[in-house]
Amino acid sequence: MLPVLSVDGLSASYRKNKVLDDVVFDVSPGTMTSIVGPNGAGKSTLLKTILELHPRLAGKISFFGSSYQKVKSRIGYVPQRGSVDWDFPTNALDVVLMGLYGKIGWLKWPKRSHREKALEALAEMGMADYASRQISQLSGGQQQRVFLARALVMDADLYFLDEPLAGVDAATERAIMATLNLLKSRGRTVLVVHHDLQTVEDYFDHVLLLNRTVIAHGPTEKTFTESNIYRTYGGTLRWKGAKSG
Amino acid sequence: MILGLSHNAQWVLLSTLILGTAAGIIGCFAYWKRQSLMSDALSHAALPGVICGFAILGVKNLPVMIAGAAASALFGALLIHWIRSSSRVKEDAAMGIILSVFFGLGVMLLTFVNRMAGASQSGLDSFIFGQAASMVSKDVWLMAGLALLVLFISMIAFKEWKLFLFDAAFAKGLGLSSRWMNSLYMFSLVLVIVIGIQAVGVILMAALLITPAVSARYWTNSFKGMMILSALFGGGAGVIGTLLSAYGKGWPTGPFIVIAAASLFVVSLALGVRKGLLVMGIQQYRQRKLLNKPSVHQRGALERGNSA
Repeated sequence: MLPVLSVDGLSASYRKNKVLDDVVFDVSPGTMTSIVGPNGAGKSTLLKTILELHPRLAGKISFFGSSYQKVKSRIGYVPQRGSVDWDFPTNALDVVLMGLYGKIGWLKWPKRSHREKALEALAEMGMADYASRQISQLSGGQQQRVFLARALVMDADLYFLDEPLAGVDAATERAIMATLNLLKSRGRTVLVVHHDLQTVEDYFDHVLLLNRTVIAHGPTEKTFTESNIYRTYGGTLRWKGAKSG
Repeated sequence: MILGLSHNAQWVLLSTLILGTAAGIIGCFAYWKRQSLMSDALSHAALPGVICGFAILGVKNLPVMIAGAAASALFGALLIHWIRSSSRVKEDAAMGIILSVFFGLGVMLLTFVNRMAGASQSGLDSFIFGQAASMVSKDVWLMAGLALLVLFISMIAFKEWKLFLFDAAFAKGLGLSSRWMNSLYMFSLVLVIVIGIQAVGVILMAALLITPAVSARYWTNSFKGMMILSALFGGGAGVIGTLLSAYGKGWPTGPFIVIAAASLFVVSLALGVRKGLLVMGIQQYRQRKLLNKPSVHQRGALERGNSA
């Protein structure tokens, strides 16, 4: 089957520091992959470079066998919560509505049907009661749910999420994982930058271990081994959770 | 005649009203791009262009001077961008450098040009502190036209501005080019600055961009509301300042407009319904009062203590 995402020989840098070096991997449709690695391994940069938010030095990337510009509307991106200013004067529904701007069309105003769609997505994230709430008055977990609802409403085929579970409470974590599983059951493909090694095996069917380059990538049960984790984290971590291999 | 103002004063009043409105709206954009200070750097950077525009023709011709101002402000913006992206210097330092260097260059050129024949009577000095009274109807038409263009750009793409200012990376994913929006933003900002420098002056122009937006934030929790209020505050400050400065002969308009805008800010800071000091104080007072009331639990403990 044609991979949903194919990355070949990707390199990227910040000034003179090379952050990504010859990254190669393919993602099959309908999978849920966690991208795991130590701080500074280039996880967020990988997402940003794939989505052309950060310049790439070298390499080829194709989505559904096509270029990013051609299939943009089929890709949903949930940035880190801290990437925006939550003091911005707007409410939760408005933020979710932004996910539909591409469908509404530039320079056109949203219609009632668009609002209803946005409300549905909020409800799916258990946030229906907060539609008219100022985003500055939402808790961190609620803000994350709003971001996820905005991605949901895009109805994309491929989702990229940058640390969606960072700093959220257990209830929000459950709600977010339920949504991601729902997406997967609908045949969508999900890539998640993840930091919690404890939950990798429970949450994701695929794992990509990254430290500037791909250390290992594949089905979680085969790939998420002690030796691979050791190679990724460079011995800075004592890990008892994984099977030895 | 309105309020016993001369025909020319009415034109001036109209021009500062339009200017304030446009500045209020673009000021909101600058506020959420966290670039309030950028407007200050760019208005100072416009001065050399104004003087060059005059020197080329040797007479005061507003369209040429506005074009010169725009060119020099944009050049300043480019330099700021270049310094920031090609060196370790941060944006605020880059803005500080460009602001002072361009303003210094402008004042230097002004000294030379003022020695030219007829220059001292041309009112070039008024571009520093603003002299709206020196404007004629032709100038006002030009200003109004450019201001309406800015208003049109901000209103027709309201949804896009909001998305771009809140989350530029997400906007890019949806196909809204950041480069395009940034250019459009810079274009609008420079346009407002150059039409304002004759009435308000290069030194104080930034205040008209920054203050109304900050004041509006105290009254509303919606972006649309903030833009509308900021436009009203800006327009109001323009009118009030012009009226006040009309009382004295040769009084500069800029300082009065800025003081009017600042007064609106002080009122907003104190009385604003969303974040105003009074409202916040009342809320805190109520919370504290609730805290001082003994809870059911505490009351129970108190009664048990008494009966013992």
